[in-house]
Amino acid sequence: MSEVEKGQILTANRLSDGDVVFLTSSGEWSLSVDDAVLASEPTAAKALEVRGKEAEAANVVTGAYLFDAERRDGRVRAVHIRERIRTLGPSVRLDLGKQADGSGGAFPAVHE
Amino acid sequence: MYRYDEFDHRFVTDRVNQFRDQAQRRLAGQLTEDEFRPLRLMNGLYLQLHAYMLRIAIPYGTLNSRQMNRLADIAEKWDRGYGHLTTRQNIQFNWIKLEDTADILGSLAEVEMHAIQTSGNCVRNVTTDHWAGAAADELADPRPVAELLRQWSSLHPEFSYLPRKFKIAVTGAPNDRAAVKVHDIGLRMHLNDKNERCWEVIAGGGQGRTPIVGITVRDFLPEAELLAYLEAIMRVYNLYGRRDNKFKARIKILVHELGAEEFKRQVEAEYAKKGYTEVEVDQRELQRITSYFAPPKFANLSKWSPEFEQARLNDPGFARWVKVNVAPHRVQGYSIVNISLKPEGGIPGDITAEQMRVVAELALRFSFDELRVSHHQNLVLPHVERSSLYEIWKVLKSHGLATANLGFLGDIIACPGLDYCALATARSIPIAQGISRRFADIDKQEEIGPLKINISGCINACGHHHVGHIGILGLDKRGEEFYQITLGGSSSESASIGQIIGPGFAAEQVPEAIEKIINRYLELRHDRDETFLAAYRRLGAQPFKEALYASA
Amino acid sequence: MPLLKPDGFVADDWILVGMDDPLPARGDVAVPWGRIARDWETLVKHDGRLGVVFPNSEKIAALGLYLPRLALIVLNFPIFNDGRSFSIARQLRLAGYAGEIRATGHLIPDLLQFMLQVGFDAFDVSERFSLDLWLKSMKRMSLTYQHGLEDRNPTFGAAAVWKARQQPSTISQDQKDAG
Repeated sequence: MSEVEKGQILTANRLSDGDVVFLTSSGEWSLSVDDAVLASEPTAAKALEVRGKEAEAANVVTGAYLFDAERRDGRVRAVHIRERIRTLGPSVRLDLGKQADGSGGAFPAVHE
Repeated sequence: MYRYDEFDHRFVTDRVNQFRDQAQRRLAGQLTEDEFRPLRLMNGLYLQLHAYMLRIAIPYGTLNSRQMNRLADIAEKWDRGYGHLTTRQNIQFNWIKLEDTADILGSLAEVEMHAIQTSGNCVRNVTTDHWAGAAADELADPRPVAELLRQWSSLHPEFSYLPRKFKIAVTGAPNDRAAVKVHDIGLRMHLNDKNERCWEVIAGGGQGRTPIVGITVRDFLPEAELLAYLEAIMRVYNLYGRRDNKFKARIKILVHELGAEEFKRQVEAEYAKKGYTEVEVDQRELQRITSYFAPPKFANLSKWSPEFEQARLNDPGFARWVKVNVAPHRVQGYSIVNISLKPEGGIPGDITAEQMRVVAELALRFSFDELRVSHHQNLVLPHVERSSLYEIWKVLKSHGLATANLGFLGDIIACPGLDYCALATARSIPIAQGISRRFADIDKQEEIGPLKINISGCINACGHHHVGHIGILGLDKRGEEFYQITLGGSSSESASIGQIIGPGFAAEQVPEAIEKIINRYLELRHDRDETFLAAYRRLGAQPFKEALYASA
Repeated sequence: MPLLKPDGFVADDWILVGMDDPLPARGDVAVPWGRIARDWETLVKHDGRLGVVFPNSEKIAALGLYLPRLALIVLNFPIFNDGRSFSIARQLRLAGYAGEIRATGHLIPDLLQFMLQVGFDAFDVSERFSLDLWLKSMKRMSLTYQHGLEDRNPTFGAAAVWKARQQPSTISQDQKDAG
């Protein structure tokens, strides 16, 4: 029986190349959602938003926003299908995006 | 087709340099994202769900082999080896980097292409009939006027920061293949009683959240007055269109809120002011542009091509493709070839780099080096000798481009949807694939007859579902994808907006729902000649509602 | 903020006052639109030129009777992509207005050429952007497709394509290539 952590993750697009990235606990941006820090309460989530705005002001990323997710056994699953697709790639081209290059989100068969 | 002169070349080159500078300033933090966004949008660069997306302009859907080959190069060098054709005759690449974009625009400029104003609150790609210059029913080729409008609207200093986007469509044929009645401005060519060309000006049409058919503001506008009159309309829109609410900012809302009569009055009052003679269409310029659209040197061909007839007899697959995908041409012995980008279970409108090159080669060899992008995410070879059709078909077949489903159920139009688009609420492509697979039987499709299915992944309606005979709109119901069906839409000259048929469906239920609708139609139609749309207009929604919702 | 004109940066002769500020004893003064109607009797007696800060939500027809006496019209861009003032400036020029039309508000250099084309001839620019960038931005595009617009300033630098095409020396061989 594994524990499920629930909370919010901050995502954005890297400004220079548009790649989708996720904020980690060290304040870096990772291409893989599994590396992301999960804010389990509102104050923590607000802190992530602040970091997002700083990174936007520093022209590192753009379009930062929070989304709901769960972490189980180190793998992250976005709650809403939109972000599941964002963490994986197009459901109709499994050869493209993060799902293809190994940096995709968890839970195979999320493209139901 | 139009070829750039030294001025057009210099214009796009300046534009590339301008964007390169803007992108550098953005990356260096000298422009905020809010300031940069409209600037990059006006060069076609969106930020989407997975990456930047670049929408490249294909003016009025016309391009040549050199340009198509360059698009293939771009797909391979800077994207993931494929592109997507849109419902406004443009092409999109989904995996672009901002830091590469100026180089991509530079590469496009070399082949007389650009991404100018394919997004942003400005005049977008002026679209037209994808059979222009070839169709049998045409009064005259509308593309010289489309090119005139393209130049006039490019970096127009007064109209680059409108309340919202502005889409213009032009048609030169009574059978409107350009959907002019659901555009911000639609232009229909007529001949007045002196046999002079003039234009019906339709304004305030559109789809999206509030679909509506446009109103005619002028029945017979002389061609020389086109630009001036359009400026009057746009000035009224620029000044009085709403800017408080993005979803009520199109000109259709202004027309609706003022009422047709008041809107016309304001336009005419603006037009009556002096100063418009400066914007009169320069006849020399229009003639100069028109000379580029002179018909190609058609051969004197007989009606009968033995090679063609023989192939048709021997090869039933070829015969079927001819029947469905090949359209009559205004010149004897020629045909219009429609290349379907809707293979069974495929992604509507997607084309690989390799396929682009194949099609480019066919255009060069067989179609006077000309290609068109249709409004239905397909391609067209406009001027093909009948004796070449078999060879072309064989080439298309070996590259998955010979699906004989033009205008049939399988010829589905779908936006990229939630698989790609940051605005979407639901996926559209898997729905298209599901329907395509269920109705894969081409005999069945033929039996059903002409049927347009349009799928949009959100209420912005980029899949044009409002004007689908069957429209499907993807929504979000408590976090689940959910699909609403509309019936009876049409983008033709007898345009209509589809009606919502009832409660929506989960994704896996959609193909079956379509099947029920189709079966009802087949039961109730007079005969094979009564199309789905005609039957729907005759019968109304009730029988179809019963088919979908009546308990067993 | 520095005042930019097509020839470069200049000192600003004008004083902008609010609805209820006292007018300076003499000199060029610009007032908010609401004050024009309210205080016109006083304003016309002022020793100096008159100007107005005109909102982009107003119709220029309202300026009608006052226009001949106004040497300056200031048009605001509350946000840089609110494009109404482009049409207002254009309408003013089409109506024959020959005074100064000044842009103020959220301006970015990338809009400068458009503004010059529709008839603006002065700009309250932000020092957020380098002065050099403002000057360069006036000539970023060397060509413009539209004609019938104000391009009376040599520093604007963009030739109207349609006019240039009609010069016999510029008709190139490419044009013989009919599609």
